[in-house]
Amino acid sequence: MQASNLVLKLKSVAITALVMLGIALFAYELPDILDKKVLSPEQHLTTVIWVGSVYSLFALGYALVFSILGVLNLSHSAVFMWGGYIGVMSVIRYDVPIYYTLPLAMLGGGIIGVLVDLIAFAPLRRRNAPRISQLISSLGASAVLVNLAQLEFGTSPERFPRTTLKELPYEATVARPYTIDWLGAEFRITPLQVSIVVIAFALMLLLQYLVARTKTGKAMRVVAFNQKVAGLLSISVGGIFRLTFFLAGALAGAAGVLYALAYPSLTPFTGDEMALKGLTVIVLGGLGSIRGAVLGGLLVAAFEVYATAIGYSWLKDALPFVALFLILLFRPQGLLGEATVKRA
Amino acid sequence: MGFVSDALASIGLNEFVITLMFVNAILAMSIYLTLYGGMFSLANAGFMAIGSYVSVILTQNHDWPFLPAILVGMVAAGLIAIPIGLPVLRLRDIYLAIATIGFVEITRIMILNFDKIIAEVYTRLHMESEPPKITNGPLGITGIPVETKLEYLIVTVIILSYFMIRMHRSRFGRALAAIRQDENVAASQGINVVYYKNAAFILGAMMAGLGGGFSGHLSRIIQPGSYGFGTAVDILAYSVLGGISSWYGPILGGLALTALPEVLRPLKEYTGLINGVVLLIFIAYLPGGLGDPALWRSVRKTAGRIVNFINKGKTANAGA
Repeated sequence: MQASNLVLKLKSVAITALVMLGIALFAYELPDILDKKVLSPEQHLTTVIWVGSVYSLFALGYALVFSILGVLNLSHSAVFMWGGYIGVMSVIRYDVPIYYTLPLAMLGGGIIGVLVDLIAFAPLRRRNAPRISQLISSLGASAVLVNLAQLEFGTSPERFPRTTLKELPYEATVARPYTIDWLGAEFRITPLQVSIVVIAFALMLLLQYLVARTKTGKAMRVVAFNQKVAGLLSISVGGIFRLTFFLAGALAGAAGVLYALAYPSLTPFTGDEMALKGLTVIVLGGLGSIRGAVLGGLLVAAFEVYATAIGYSWLKDALPFVALFLILLFRPQGLLGEATVKRA
Repeated sequence: MGFVSDALASIGLNEFVITLMFVNAILAMSIYLTLYGGMFSLANAGFMAIGSYVSVILTQNHDWPFLPAILVGMVAAGLIAIPIGLPVLRLRDIYLAIATIGFVEITRIMILNFDKIIAEVYTRLHMESEPPKITNGPLGITGIPVETKLEYLIVTVIILSYFMIRMHRSRFGRALAAIRQDENVAASQGINVVYYKNAAFILGAMMAGLGGGFSGHLSRIIQPGSYGFGTAVDILAYSVLGGISSWYGPILGGLALTALPEVLRPLKEYTGLINGVVLLIFIAYLPGGLGDPALWRSVRKTAGRIVNFINKGKTANAGA
């Protein structure tokens, strides 16, 4: 057992290293492919990292719900969009300082997530409805959330007001050049982008800690393994489900605010565009694996950034799916997923 | 008949909407076939796009008559399903769903950029002639003659229903049901799992292609944007909400879910919201769907009880 665990761990480390290396090497090959140097390779890499971190953070919510309940929550993207709106609108309508928008959106997203569980999932669970019905009911919940946002906020794009962003310290939205001498690397990045990456990775580490090291996390894993056994161990299965939805919603809310900070266009349909990306990210990385989601997010971001850099921007939405197709055929459990034992 | 159509039109169901309802019923039946074999495939929106574009290009650019064109569209969808199904159907559950969504999105993006791809090929091969414009990118093909008639659709639905009823009791249908319940056991009983799964997938693709051909000749314009992830999930919703425990469930689901937003149209900006709420209520209180045989049995029982009650009242009155 011990040996095989070690092999698995080494394998996943090797895959992670390979993919990261591939992403980095491709950035350095770009000037040769293009025959001209438009942006430095490091510039592309920084873009990949900060865009990818938002994707990973968003996609983790899908992975979390899927690994505990075994269902795909299609309303996650709508919660993400609501998180963005909670952040932006609290600044526009109520002059909330911009620092409070992140915890506010996380709380709001978490509450919406629990409500979605109560309305769309819990009644079906009680009836032992098939998982496919739960998928459709989450779709209904998503439609309700998107339409509510449309009624409340309208369909024109919203953004954090420029004046509020300007009040941030260190001139956060101004890109400034950096050089790393020993690599010969030069790139421009805004403090805002750096803080997006830091916040996203901090939240992901926090989740990893919660699931892997705390008693609550252990209870969650027991519920994922077998609900009846969890009940026998006097774990409140319903409570764990609600906690899972709260965490997933909070992650979506955080990702929504970070997205709204990064891109100045938030509409009620922003979530629908992200939904597919999130699904691709978790399947690429391996369903239910936190490290896999991080890797998948970076990979999807890399495809987008590089496709645009080469001048085939129309391919940028297709490439992740081609990669997904190939990976599913040769490694159906995803890059870092563990192969499940088939039970007859 | 005029009276009936007037009554339907008064609640928002004009002839166009009714035609669309039947098109969606065909699409819902197409996904029922794969679900019956236990395959959670969402590829049908992609096959619908292929059927739609192939048939419209034939009638628009090559002056084909309507019926041969949609049949060719149907066959094209079936042919493309062969190389897709063989590798993809090894996957299960959510993995199959996401791989097929990938197929749908790739198809949509390919159609969206078809002219660009052709132009690229022309320049690479150093061809002199001007590359043709076929799919017109995001604008889509416009000015398509409206050829789809309600009669065609009703006939198609009847033929497909007959096929479905026969399928349940045939070797093919029983094999699919066995595969749905347990693939390993089915294989150990000598059922060629790969063959039957692919056959169901291809037949479903052909039905979706046919539905796409009809829908393409319905609204004068087709755009790649209307065949994406959203459509794939909508088709699944028709089928699941109608109920996948009977052959008529998906038809009911397709008809009802297409009619719903039109009937709710007078609610103006609340249409979408109420539509979602109704979807939630349906799925929460009718987990077996609209076509659930148990639901209809209980409806019949309740109706019988009411009739009995009324009759009893009558006899009691007669006695007094």
